[in-house]
Amino acid sequence: MSDTAIEFVNVIKRYGSAVAVDDISFSIAKGELVTFLGPSGCGKTTSLRLIAGLELPSEGQVLIGGRDVSRDPASERNVGMVFQSYALFPHMNVLDNVSYGPVIRGGNKAEAQAKAREILEQVGLAGLQDRLPSELSGGQQQRVAVARAIVQQPEVLLFDEPLSNVDAKLRRKVRAEIRDLQRRFGLTAVYVTHDQEEALAVSDRIIVMQSGRIAQIGTPQDLYDRPATPFVADFIGDANLIDGTVQGGHFRAADLELVLAGHDGPATVSIRPERITLQTGGPSKVLSATYLGSRTEYVIETGAGELLVSRPISEPAMPNGSAVSLHIASSDLTRVR
Amino acid sequence: MVLVVASMALLVGQGFAVGLNGPNWPGIVALFPAAAEGQTGLGWGGFIAGLALLGLLSELLAARGFCRGERFASGAVVIIVALLVLFVFFPILKLGSAAFISPDGGFALVEFWGRLSAPELWRLNCFQGTGRCGVVINTVILGTLAALLATLLGLALAMLVARTNFRLKRTLRAISILPIITPPFVVGVAIIVLFGRTGVLTQLGADIFDVRPTRWVYGLPGILMAQVLAFAPVTFLVLLGTLEAINPTLEEASTTLGARPMKTFLTVTWPLLRPGLAAAFLLAFIESLADFGNPLVLGGGYEVLSTKIFFAVVGARYDLGNAATLAMILLSLTLVAFWLQMRWLGNKSYVTVTGKSDAGLAAPVPQVIKVAAIALIVPWVAFTIGVYLIVVGGGFVTDVGRLDLSPTFSHIVTAFSFEFGENGLRLYGSAWDSMITTLWVSAIAAPLTTAIGILTAWLVARQDFAGKKAFEFGTMLSFAIPGTVVGVSYVAAFNVPPVDITGTMAILVICFMFRNMPVGMRAGMAALSQIDRSMEEASQTMGAGGLATLRNVVLPLIRPAIFTALVYSFVTAMTAVSAVIFLVSARHNMATAYIMGRVENGEYALAIAYSAVLMLVMIVCVVLIQFVVGQRRLGRRKELQGAGPAPAE
Repeated sequence: MSDTAIEFVNVIKRYGSAVAVDDISFSIAKGELVTFLGPSGCGKTTSLRLIAGLELPSEGQVLIGGRDVSRDPASERNVGMVFQSYALFPHMNVLDNVSYGPVIRGGNKAEAQAKAREILEQVGLAGLQDRLPSELSGGQQQRVAVARAIVQQPEVLLFDEPLSNVDAKLRRKVRAEIRDLQRRFGLTAVYVTHDQEEALAVSDRIIVMQSGRIAQIGTPQDLYDRPATPFVADFIGDANLIDGTVQGGHFRAADLELVLAGHDGPATVSIRPERITLQTGGPSKVLSATYLGSRTEYVIETGAGELLVSRPISEPAMPNGSAVSLHIASSDLTRVR
Repeated sequence: MVLVVASMALLVGQGFAVGLNGPNWPGIVALFPAAAEGQTGLGWGGFIAGLALLGLLSELLAARGFCRGERFASGAVVIIVALLVLFVFFPILKLGSAAFISPDGGFALVEFWGRLSAPELWRLNCFQGTGRCGVVINTVILGTLAALLATLLGLALAMLVARTNFRLKRTLRAISILPIITPPFVVGVAIIVLFGRTGVLTQLGADIFDVRPTRWVYGLPGILMAQVLAFAPVTFLVLLGTLEAINPTLEEASTTLGARPMKTFLTVTWPLLRPGLAAAFLLAFIESLADFGNPLVLGGGYEVLSTKIFFAVVGARYDLGNAATLAMILLSLTLVAFWLQMRWLGNKSYVTVTGKSDAGLAAPVPQVIKVAAIALIVPWVAFTIGVYLIVVGGGFVTDVGRLDLSPTFSHIVTAFSFEFGENGLRLYGSAWDSMITTLWVSAIAAPLTTAIGILTAWLVARQDFAGKKAFEFGTMLSFAIPGTVVGVSYVAAFNVPPVDITGTMAILVICFMFRNMPVGMRAGMAALSQIDRSMEEASQTMGAGGLATLRNVVLPLIRPAIFTALVYSFVTAMTAVSAVIFLVSARHNMATAYIMGRVENGEYALAIAYSAVLMLVMIVCVVLIQFVVGQRRLGRRKELQGAGPAPAE
C-alpha cells in the first residue's frame, strides 16, 4: 500500500453507449514512470484524464496514494499535468503561470512566487519570468508547462503527449530532460504517447492499450522481446507474425521448423526482423532490398509467406531476385497466440 | 437526496397554497383554522429556505459525479435551471392555464374552444373581395411579406458588400447597423411623419401633383414598410455570413469547366446560398411575429396578434383568458418557425470553409444581378436617410406631423427642462422620470444579463451533465418567445403570490435578464469555441475550482464577448417595447412606454425628440462601456486579482 502511488480497480468509462475505457485494473509504484501507449482512440488519454480527475469513472475506483478519489474533481486531487498544447495562460507572464497553483491553493503570494522562481531556475528558465508565453520558443514553453506542473510537488505528474509539439530534432533532448527531472524530484509520472520509440526511451514500465483494454503491461524490454499478443508485437517495433502449428515441442509453418515448447495446437509466432540472418543460396528469394543508411531491409519470399529482414550495412548486400536461406534462433521466437 | 426533493415540493406547495387574499384551497382552512384570518405569501424566509435546498441539491448531485464532481458548476446549473423554470416556464404554463381555466377556478374548455375558433381570428374574407381577414391570417400574411421583402433586400445588400466593388460598401455597412440602436417604433413614427395624411411627402405630393391625401399608410403597407426597414439589416448579416463562407474555389472550378458568370451563379452560388436564405427568412418572420411597436403605431384597422394581445389585457376590456389564448397561438406560430430554422441551420448549411487556406478570389456577381441589387438598394438608402433625418430633425421643429417646420427647442424643454436651484438640481421635464428609470433598469439589467448569459455559455460549452441538451434548448427557447407573450405571461404569473413582484423595478430587470440572456450566451459560446479547453483543465489540475477557473482564466480570455454582451443587453433593454409595456407602472415607467404614450396621443414631435435623445444616450453609454472594459485590458497586470464582472450567484 505504502509504495503504491496510483491504482485502478475495474475502471470503466462510458460516453453514452461508447466505452472509452473498458474494465481496466493496474497499479503504479511511487517514483515510477509509466507510459500509456497505443494507437489513437485506444483509451490512453481517457485513462490519464481519469487519474487527473478531468473525467470521473462510470464504474470502478481510482486510488491515488491509497485514497479513493473516484468522485473527487481535478481541483481536489494533488496532481500536476503537462498538456499537449502546454495550455499556458496567455494573459499571464511566466512567473504568474508557475505561481498560479500555489496562489490558488491559498498560499501567500510572495512565498508562492519565491517557490516558482526556484523551480524556474531548476528547469533552466531563470531570467525569463516576466515574459509572456507568446514571447517564448516552443521548447521554453514546454519547460514552463513542466515547471508549472511540478511546483506544487504533486503526488503524480501527468504528461499528455508532451513532445507532439516539439521539433523532431529536439525530441530526444527534451525527453531526456523530462526523464532527468522526474528522477531528480523522485516523482511518480504517467506519460501518454502513441510513439513506441518515445515510450521505450522514457518508461520504467509501459501499459499497452488497445480499444479500451490493456493489451500488456511490462518493462520496455519485456514488451519488445516477449510481446503477449500479435497486436503488441506489431505495435512495438517491426515484427514478422507467422501462423503455423505447434506439435511435440516444434513449431511448423510450411518448410519452417523451429523448437518451441508449449501446448500443441495452432499458433502464431513473432520474430523481429533484425533477429533473422541471411546466407546466400537456398530455397527463399529476395523480393526487394531497401537501403536505409544504417541498415538494409529485405522482403524475402519464403514458404511461410513474405518476411521482413533487417541487416546491418556491414554485411554484404543481397541483390534483388537472389536465392537465400534464412536462419532463426529458437530463442528469438515468441509465441503470441 | 429524496429528503431534499420532498422538502422542495413542500415549499413550492406552501407557496401556491397561499393566494392574494389568503388560502387558495378550502381544505387548508379545515386543517389550520388560523389560516382563514389571512396569511401572506412566501416571504424572505421561504426564499432563503428555497435557496438552501437548491444548494443542498447541487452538493448532492456533485457528490454523485454530476458535472464531473465540480461543485461550482453543479450549483450554477441547478440555480440557472431553477431561475429558468421560475421566470420562463412557470409564467408560460400559468398563461397556458389561464387560457383553459376561468377566473373562478373551473375548467373552461368550451370558452377556450370558442375563443380559439372565433371567426375574428381565422376569417379569410380579405381574399374574397373587400372584407377583412382574421387576426391570425393577418399576422401570417404580414410576417410572410415582411420576411420575403427583408430577405430580398438583405440579399441585395450582402451581394453588393461581399461580391462587388461597389463604392458605398462602408456606408451600407454603417447604415445597416443603425436600426439596432433604434427603438423599434421610431421607424413607424417617422413613416407617419413622412407618409401620413398630413405627412411631409404626402403634403408635397398634394401640392405638386395634386394627389389627394389619404390614410393609406395605416395598415398593412405602413407596417410592412417599417418592418422591412427594420429587419433588412438582420437578414443582411445572416446572408453576408453565408456568402463569405462559400469557398471561392468552387466558383472558380465552375468557371474553369466553362460556365459563364450567370451560369456559375445559378448552378453553384445560388444553391449554396439557399440554406442561408431560409434561415434569414425565418428569422425575419419570427421578428415580424414578435414586433409590437410598429403594428401599434401604424396598424390602423389592421390587427395582428401582438397588438390584439395587448388590447385584451390593457384598458377596459381586461380579458386574461382571451389574451392567453391569443398568446398561445402566437407562441405556437413562433415555435414552429423557430423549429424550422433550427432544422435548416442544423442539417442544411453547407459550410465550405475548411480552415485550409483557399487561395481563390470570390467570383464577382453577374452584371445583371448587380444592377438589380443597386436598383433595390438605392430607394432603401434614400428611405433610411429620410427616416433618420426626421428622427434627428423632427424634435427641433414646431410640429413635424403637421408640417410646421419652424425651428424650436420647446419639445426638448418640455421633456427635459431642469434647473439648478437652491436645493441643487431640479428636474422639471415630463420625461425625466422614465428616462432615469430606463437608465437604472438598463444599467442593472445589463451586467446581470451578461453574467447569466456568459455563465450559461460556459456551462453548455465546457461542462458535461445529464440533461445538457434540454438545458441548452430551454435557454434558447426563452429567446424565441415573443415579447408580448412574455409580457402577458408575467402579468398572469407574478400578480399573485408566491412571487408577487408586479409593479416593481425588479420585474423589469428580471424580464430583460431572461429575454436577453441567449445573446450573451451566443457571444460567450462563440468566444469559448476559440479557446483551448486544456487551459481550464490546467487550472483545475492546479487546484482551482470552477469559480476560480472562471474568474482567473476564462473571463480574462473572453473579454470581447463580455463587452458585446454588455452592450447588446444594455441597448436592448433601452429600446425594448413589447414585453415592457405590460410591466411598467406609474412609479416605474420606461422611456419606450412613455414615448409610445406620446405617439398614441399624436404628440409626434415630443416622441421624436425623446427618441433622438434616447439614441444619443445609448451611443454615449456604449462608448462609456467600451472605455471601461477597454481600460481593463490595458491594465493587464492588475487583472490577475480577479477582474471582470462577477459571475451570477
